[in-house]
Amino acid sequence: MAGLEDLYREIILDHYRTPRNRGELDAPAVSAEGHNPLCGDEIRIFVDVQDGVVTDVRFNGSGCSISQSSASMMTSAIKGKPVDQVKAIVKKFKSMMTVDEDESPVDESLNLGDLEALQGVVKFPVRIKCATLGWNTLLDALTTAGQ
Amino acid sequence: MSLDVASIRKDFPVLHRLINDKPLVYLDSANTSQKPQVVIDALANFMANGYAPINRSAYQLAAEATDLFEGTRTALAKFINAPKAHEVIFTKNATEALNLVILSWGRANMKAGDTVLLTHMEHHANIVPWHMLVAERGIQLRWIPLTSDGQLDLSNLDSLLQGVKVFSFTAMSNVLGTINPVQQLCAAAHKAGALAIVDACQSVPHQLTDVQAWDADFVTFSSHKMCGPSGVGVLWGREALLEALPPFLGGGNMIADVRLDGFTTAELPAKFEAGTPAIAEVIALGAAVRYLDNLGMANIRRHEIEMSTYVLNSLTERFGDDITIHGPTNPELRGATFSFAFRGIHPHDLSQVLDQSNVCVRAGHHCAKPLMRILGANATARASFYLYNTQQEADMLADALDSASDIF
Ligand SMILES: Cc1ncc(COP(=O)(O)O)c(C=O)c1O
Repeated sequence: MAGLEDLYREIILDHYRTPRNRGELDAPAVSAEGHNPLCGDEIRIFVDVQDGVVTDVRFNGSGCSISQSSASMMTSAIKGKPVDQVKAIVKKFKSMMTVDEDESPVDESLNLGDLEALQGVVKFPVRIKCATLGWNTLLDALTTAGQ
Repeated sequence: MSLDVASIRKDFPVLHRLINDKPLVYLDSANTSQKPQVVIDALANFMANGYAPINRSAYQLAAEATDLFEGTRTALAKFINAPKAHEVIFTKNATEALNLVILSWGRANMKAGDTVLLTHMEHHANIVPWHMLVAERGIQLRWIPLTSDGQLDLSNLDSLLQGVKVFSFTAMSNVLGTINPVQQLCAAAHKAGALAIVDACQSVPHQLTDVQAWDADFVTFSSHKMCGPSGVGVLWGREALLEALPPFLGGGNMIADVRLDGFTTAELPAKFEAGTPAIAEVIALGAAVRYLDNLGMANIRRHEIEMSTYVLNSLTERFGDDITIHGPTNPELRGATFSFAFRGIHPHDLSQVLDQSNVCVRAGHHCAKPLMRILGANATARASFYLYNTQQEADMLADALDSASDIF
């Protein structure tokens, strides 16, 4: 049986207790809202895209330690990066979560850094949706931003 | 007579299962209940030795199956004190039973501007079909608010009921545990000229049901929450109302005649039972009804009052302000279903930690999102106790809760 220490790694709890980039952004930034219909978790992701670069990103909402810490780590990982690279990170992360749907190759050279700590979530399949909530919402926000 | 819980537990095979060498502590019966051996046997026996279609064939095997199937209907009618067995309609689940009555009755009888009274503690199954009628017919919804301890605030009931065509409400909240005064609510509905629909999904498994004493018009519930198999729901309705109600699903079994230019409906109950039903499951539900009846619903209710008393006292004594238990504090006014918040730990994280001790609780919105918003939460953890649960299990829940604090 997978132990809780696989799930609740210290770095995850740290992001949960002290979330990074929590808050909102004003226009011209855009936002998207995501729900986990099973558990009621809600998240809103704000992105500011300038000249193809995610210059700023914030999130708010409420949810479990996994959804909140995953969103927090995500914002740290993508802030200041070009949209192309952000999308590659999203792809790599979803692939790690075993929910990457499209066929294009994953950039194996990408280093997910702290996000690797979420690897253990895969051993708790019902929590995968928690971990990916912010990421799917980010993709929606990028679409809204015309990306 | 008090329940012999130790002996009851012997009837439920799954309660003896060890998971990772530890016993199972099943506290999710408000979601779905476990099954006693008699129900498992009824299902397996019928599948092995008696399986046949019902209603349509002359051979003995089919006649036996029909008798068993109709035997459940008769047993259920007696169990809920329905005047007539053919007023008991089998559906797929309580959700389908609610959709049947809401949509069929609503489409036949409601027009733009007509008003329905609901409560803030309804399950989505008694909300969404009404929203569908709002979109389809332009009807209006009105809501009974709650008091701070999770009871219906009935102080303005009569004015809320003014001009209302239907009052549809739960007999017991699946989130708060609150038991509503069904008889009083039906009487108030009728005084205002409204129809009374009772969602009895959480109530029928846990206490005596008497649809005539309630004076309800329609009552719905599910087999799987009352020790029966999943796949079966029940709609009870007054004969005259069911006669007047248009059919919901069309197809085989529900017709008297079909021509190229139309159809006529069968008599009750077939009129509302289109297609092949869950034959084996209905038959096994009969075994569940007899099982509960033998134990005595009043005894089960007494056990759950004792459980509620113990759970409320022991959790508040042990955790004080660290735990918030929603719903009434008086065990007489509630079932043994407890939604709670604990030390600010998110319900999902809490249920994950409890799972390490095989303590099974539900975390989420419990299909009652409007109520969740009123409670100011996206989700709660919910522990629900039934006839097979013990005080020792309540203690194991408390121990497991304590261990969650070590992580968060
Ligand atoms: C109060 C209430 N109504 C309706 C339902 C729906 O029952 P089912 O899912 O069996 O259709 C439930 C089940 O959770 C319930 O608790």
